[in-house]
Amino acid sequence: MRLTSKHLFWLKAVMHLVALWPIGYLVLSVVSGDAGGDPVQYIIHYTGVGALNTLVILLMISPLARRFKQGILIQTRRLIGLYVFAYASLHILAFISLDLLFEWSLLLQEILKRPYILVGAVAYLILIALSITSLKVIRKKMGRRWQQLHNWVYLVAILVPIHFYWSVKSEVIEPSIYILIIIGLLALRLSIGKKLSQTFTRLRLKLSSQ
Amino acid sequence: MLEEELKGRNMHFHKKPSWDKFKDSDVTPEEVFNDRRRILKQMGFLGAGALLSSNANAGIFDLFGNKKEKQTFLRSDLPHTQNTEYDSVLNGALTPESKIITHNNFYEFGTGKSDPAENAQGFKVDPWKLVIDGLVDNPLTLDYDDLMKLFALEERTHLLRCVEAWSMVVPWVGFPLASLLKKAGVKSHATHVAFETLFDPEQMPGQKSRLMGGGIHYPYVEGLTINEAMNPLSFMAVGLYGKTLPPQNGAPIRLVVPWKYGFKSIKSIVRIRVMDKQPPTSWNQLASREYGFYANVNPNVDHPRWSQATERRIGEGGLFSAKRINTQMFNGYGEQVADLYSGLDLTRHF
Repeated sequence: MRLTSKHLFWLKAVMHLVALWPIGYLVLSVVSGDAGGDPVQYIIHYTGVGALNTLVILLMISPLARRFKQGILIQTRRLIGLYVFAYASLHILAFISLDLLFEWSLLLQEILKRPYILVGAVAYLILIALSITSLKVIRKKMGRRWQQLHNWVYLVAILVPIHFYWSVKSEVIEPSIYILIIIGLLALRLSIGKKLSQTFTRLRLKLSSQ
Repeated sequence: MLEEELKGRNMHFHKKPSWDKFKDSDVTPEEVFNDRRRILKQMGFLGAGALLSSNANAGIFDLFGNKKEKQTFLRSDLPHTQNTEYDSVLNGALTPESKIITHNNFYEFGTGKSDPAENAQGFKVDPWKLVIDGLVDNPLTLDYDDLMKLFALEERTHLLRCVEAWSMVVPWVGFPLASLLKKAGVKSHATHVAFETLFDPEQMPGQKSRLMGGGIHYPYVEGLTINEAMNPLSFMAVGLYGKTLPPQNGAPIRLVVPWKYGFKSIKSIVRIRVMDKQPPTSWNQLASREYGFYANVNPNVDHPRWSQATERRIGEGGLFSAKRINTQMFNGYGEQVADLYSGLDLTRHF
């Protein structure tokens, strides 16, 4: 079965719900005290993992669309990508407001002193650029350069799990799992890319021999 | 629910009220209902690790009054006197008890800050056995009652500065470590004191699963030099806020060394060993570049991955009421302990 644009509407509606539900869950657990007496670290970690989970889902879209020949799925990438940005923004907002308590001088110091924050900050700057250029008007204006810019999402995918791994005191298993997942998803693309370039070379050879 | 109660209800509802149009088969299947916590956890936005570990945070249904089925560790009042000698160091109001007992680093019960309060309520502290041995004249074995009654208990309020750059103000109840060591009689050539936490993977899920325990080699061990241990500031706490400690704070007995980062203040101690060499310490074993043996609070020596110049003080009020304050050398206890380190390069011996 091919998914149609009608299906797409409902799929997107479900995606919105799935992406927003954890925010409600977070608010409830903080208000009820289930997140602990001082849930600052919990909130920062939760929103950060939220961004990473959404990023993993985002990177699964293209392989899934190819595998099941559902090209229309590609149209959900913008929505999911913007949720990555939204969760990353909440993550950084929580860090600045709840942990640093808006001491901006500290923010600069921390970015310089904590290398993992620098890594996260670079990833976030890229996400800002990608989110702004996700507007259709801008996308049209940018032409081919749009795709070039948006390939930087792969750098984000590499930086974010490094940022996670580097930030923890000793609990490296969870970030390690994410690093493996991301490597897997990127490797999938490399092999697809290889196959594509092989087909191109074959085509070229065919053409030149004719 | 009791059977009588159920019967009573049935008698009450001879006829189903009009709104109760659901058949039994319409309601949630029992296995789904009983498994709701796990199901809801999986619906929540958890990290990859949390999905693998069955011991994540409380389920969302706790929000709707299911709390009564959770057991709570019972704490009892401790008779004590007041010691206000160190109060001049305090630079803020007491941290509320509710925050002190729900925001803990105790990886034996999980690495999340609320995990210990969640997972430690069934922890057994009585019977307990604390052994003091090694280079002592009279090795001691103390049971639970000894811990609570052998020494006169006093209340002292101390700053607690975590290496993660947050801090609290905690009213501990306990006795000086020196009293305990004097009772055992420390031999003259002793140089260090080693401490060890209980090893009981059945009770401490973090010791069972590496995912929950954060990769520490258990049992957790800590150590002090003999001079640090004999300093009047070094304290054995058996209570806080006038009551016995809850498990998440290190029941039944823990160390409190307020001029050092929190991880030195080892919890739920079963063994104290007097030695003539420096003992291994858990965080130092795990990452010696980041955590030294001394671990004195020092705003001028940063953790390799973050600054130690300031700290987030956890006090009263909501999320936004916390304050950033400057961290003080030796956490403000320089007058009591600075001379222990004269001649020592604290940037090297961090």
